[in-house]
Amino acid sequence: MHEGPVTEEIIRIACEAAAAQQGRVTAISLVVGEDSGFIGESIQMYFDVMSEGTVCEGAVLHLEGVKPKLRCTRCGQLFYRRPFSFSCPLCGGEGRPTEIGKEFYVKNVELEVPD
Amino acid sequence: MHMISKDVQVDIHARNDHVAEHVHEYLTARGIFTVNVMGAPGAGKTTTLEHLIKLLPGKSYVVEGDIESDIDTERLRKQKISASQINTFGACHLDAPLLHNAVHTLEFAVPGILFVENVGNLVCPAEFSIGEDIKLLQVCVTDGSDKPYKYPLAFEKADVILLSKIDLLPYVDFDEEFFLQGLRHLNPEAPFFKVDGKTGGGYDQVAAWLAHRARSVTEPKG
Repeated sequence: MHEGPVTEEIIRIACEAAAAQQGRVTAISLVVGEDSGFIGESIQMYFDVMSEGTVCEGAVLHLEGVKPKLRCTRCGQLFYRRPFSFSCPLCGGEGRPTEIGKEFYVKNVELEVPD
Repeated sequence: MHMISKDVQVDIHARNDHVAEHVHEYLTARGIFTVNVMGAPGAGKTTTLEHLIKLLPGKSYVVEGDIESDIDTERLRKQKISASQINTFGACHLDAPLLHNAVHTLEFAVPGILFVENVGNLVCPAEFSIGEDIKLLQVCVTDGSDKPYKYPLAFEKADVILLSKIDLLPYVDFDEEFFLQGLRHLNPEAPFFKVDGKTGGGYDQVAAWLAHRARSVTEPKG
């Protein structure tokens, strides 16, 4: 059930964008950071079922992943975390979490609209 | 027909966060300080509430979040604690609209602390704001000392962290140094307490910290 409620929200956002143009959604671009807690492929599975009967039915999801980065408290370097480690690969300092990798938003929709 | 591309740039949590702000305003206006209690199933969250509520000087309220059943709510009500139940029927976390509906059925006669015990889960509850003032994360020694590394978001977002079941430390391979190292990298500032649900050991310090932290809401000046 994890991705269910957020998929519903994605469909709502896309339907709202389409309603203003009286159009049909053909594609949705999603930005999903790896630390957002949501899995793009799982959203796709829910999307196919939950979009049935809406103007999003049949739309393609384009998923843009973002790898999380830590920032070193000593040298300021941004770096990717390795398993079970928070150390900076440059100076060995401590890395702290940043907002990079927590993104979770609808970036863009492609619409088919009447002439 | 023709095709157009439309920029949206809408955060998927935006609507939840908007409701969360409303819930927070509603509770703050009534002198209610809200604690979002997170932790894996069986970490001892309800036991923590029982101990803290006995020790806290003012009134406490509880909203229990579970996929199904009202076992914890009944357990608290037997101790004359004001408790209400949310069942998510499958959803793995509470969100702001669920808490919004629950708080509007509760009567907050006097200011105090509202504990919202989230669904037992170390993943999703950390992702959704429900209108809380603080997030309390509880981890127990039997969960294992690698949890900060495996579930970083919950540790990063917590405002206070409890390590429970410390009476079991002699029987499990819990590497406290490794645990604290991970915890402090993710969250250098959150207060950390060790507690024992069997004896109630350590909870007096948690209650004192919590009462102090809640004071600006439960006893607003002027």
